[in-house]
Amino acid sequence: MSAHRSLAVWKFASCDGCQLSLLDCEDELLPLAGELEIAHFPEAGPTRVEGSYDLSIVEGSITTAEDARRIREIRAASGRLITIGACAAAGGIQALRNFAEVEDFMAIVYASPEYVSTLATSTPASAHVAVDFELQGCPPDKRQLLEVINAFLHERRPAISDHSVCVECKRAGNVCVMVAHGTPCLGPVTPAGCGGLCPSYHRGCFCCFGPMEAPNPVALGHHLGLEEVDVVRLFRTFYAGAPAFGESHG
Amino acid sequence: MAERKLLSGPLARVEGEGSLHVRLRDGRVEEVRLEIFEPPRFFEAFLRGRAFTEVPDITARICGICPVAYQMSSIAAMEEACGVTVPEPVRALRRLLYCGEWIESHALHVFFLHGPDYLGYDSAFAMARDHRGIVERALQLKKAGNALMRVVGGREIHPVNVRVGGFYRAPTRGELASVVEELEVAREFARESVAWTAGLPCPDLEEDFEFVALRAPGTYAIENGRLASSSGLDLAPGEYAEHFAEHQVPHSTALHSRLRGGGQAYLTGPLARYALSGDRLSPTAREAADDAGLGSVVRNPFKSIVVRAVEILYAVDEALRLVDAYEPPDPPAVPVVPRAGTGHGWSEAPRGMLWHRYAIDEQGTILDARIVPPTSQNQARIEQSLATVVAAHAALPDDELQHRCEQAVRSFDPCISCATHFLRLEIERC
Repeated sequence: MSAHRSLAVWKFASCDGCQLSLLDCEDELLPLAGELEIAHFPEAGPTRVEGSYDLSIVEGSITTAEDARRIREIRAASGRLITIGACAAAGGIQALRNFAEVEDFMAIVYASPEYVSTLATSTPASAHVAVDFELQGCPPDKRQLLEVINAFLHERRPAISDHSVCVECKRAGNVCVMVAHGTPCLGPVTPAGCGGLCPSYHRGCFCCFGPMEAPNPVALGHHLGLEEVDVVRLFRTFYAGAPAFGESHG
Repeated sequence: MAERKLLSGPLARVEGEGSLHVRLRDGRVEEVRLEIFEPPRFFEAFLRGRAFTEVPDITARICGICPVAYQMSSIAAMEEACGVTVPEPVRALRRLLYCGEWIESHALHVFFLHGPDYLGYDSAFAMARDHRGIVERALQLKKAGNALMRVVGGREIHPVNVRVGGFYRAPTRGELASVVEELEVAREFARESVAWTAGLPCPDLEEDFEFVALRAPGTYAIENGRLASSSGLDLAPGEYAEHFAEHQVPHSTALHSRLRGGGQAYLTGPLARYALSGDRLSPTAREAADDAGLGSVVRNPFKSIVVRAVEILYAVDEALRLVDAYEPPDPPAVPVVPRAGTGHGWSEAPRGMLWHRYAIDEQGTILDARIVPPTSQNQARIEQSLATVVAAHAALPDDELQHRCEQAVRSFDPCISCATHFLRLEIERC
């Protein structure tokens, strides 16, 4: 076994959906387990905290002082560190606290806030350590996830496209929901990966794969035909903490 | 006995981060605490100010394992608040999507999280070295559930096709027909799974549970129903808070729920559903349960794995029935106009009842949100069961006692991400 490369999967503040994406690779999971030493993946069973790992996959955002310490330890023990999902790349939906006072949030949920320890912000792994690759998506696409794992195991760059959802819609033969029906759609600022999923269900993209490289969310915001409050809501979801979306919603 | 304190590594195969603390004095159980460290994410706080239409997408992110449960309970609450009842074909399509989640989540739990405990493996990967056929077929079963979620919901984790009032697009009959063959194969394996789980070596334990679950006329409640309990409660969603209360405890970021008036701990989930609606299973699922010797009530939490297998079989059966009877809802959604008020909604997540309540204003902006997940409801009862397990097995050496405790915790399928992972086990012997 020791000749096999080792894989570790780590969880921070999250819904567990990203690591479930790996367990959802039903046809590939057992062959993958044969190729790799799955050294640490608590949700699936293996737990080896000590030692080092060739590849660490990180899910979730940093919201506690303990987690800020833990991500640095994981980085130090990992050859390569990649993040999966919106939480690890941008702080996730829980980064909405970054626009509020965390004490107010705490008082709404907990009668005795003194029992709970948390940071004022929810931040991506990259705010704390060097990250070798961020796979986007809430949740990430499992074909992309397999490609990224495969690429790192073979020490090559992952082939993850950087064009927008619009290109995928054209490929899928979807009628443009914004042009044809006036449905607000964030496809023009969102990277491909989902296959143009929402428009194929007759709804606008709500950007669960985050901002693409060099988006122009302000210009798109003007074209959505929405009230300001709705534009802010549209951009302030799973990638609310992404810097590219900061100026689009003041 | 000299003072002993044991700390294990993270307890694995649960969803989320928590730990178990057990203190024994002279062989007697002094304290059992299920500690939950999952960092809080404050959904109920940031939902304030959001639009009523956003709840299915936002609350799905509470749990990647049971997003449909969050979508269905939140939608039911918003529809109640707005005074809307959806037509039968919409309800049937929601139930079909939910069947997919039950199959996927239960298959993960039975074969990946819990099954390995009974045969002495630390994971399904290890189990696959000796039982490859079982694990491969379990993966195909799980895949069938995911295929169903994908065709109805668009994708298996955080489906996109669900909205307040119905769906964005009704799948065609042809799209649904594409999963029938996979579901038929899954049904055969699900039937064999009931016998397989019933044959696993199982610790003896009989407990007196106060069961709480939804119940619906003539069917096994999933997406809706009235709340029933062992002691005879019969409640509408709006009456829940009068009978149940949440408390904060110092050792957990998840709130504990108990029955008001006496503070009794109760259990929701497969054992509760089976006890309260077992007569409403499909004939195939009922027969499999009878062949497995389950009787009408299961009081041994270690046997919950068999009940989960029965529920997988039921969900596959029910999905095939719903696909066969499918009429695409037209239109796929009914219009929902917001009005100021409060709405309540619930449904049966794979691991138990999930209740939501929202207050909204006349524009549909959320003023207040309350979400009570199944693991919060079960946490107090899990601690009670653990105390029983520890007392019954106090003579075991620490490592065996630890394994037995972990197996017991997993039998309740706690979803700590939901309730607010890093489950560590600590045994103190004084």
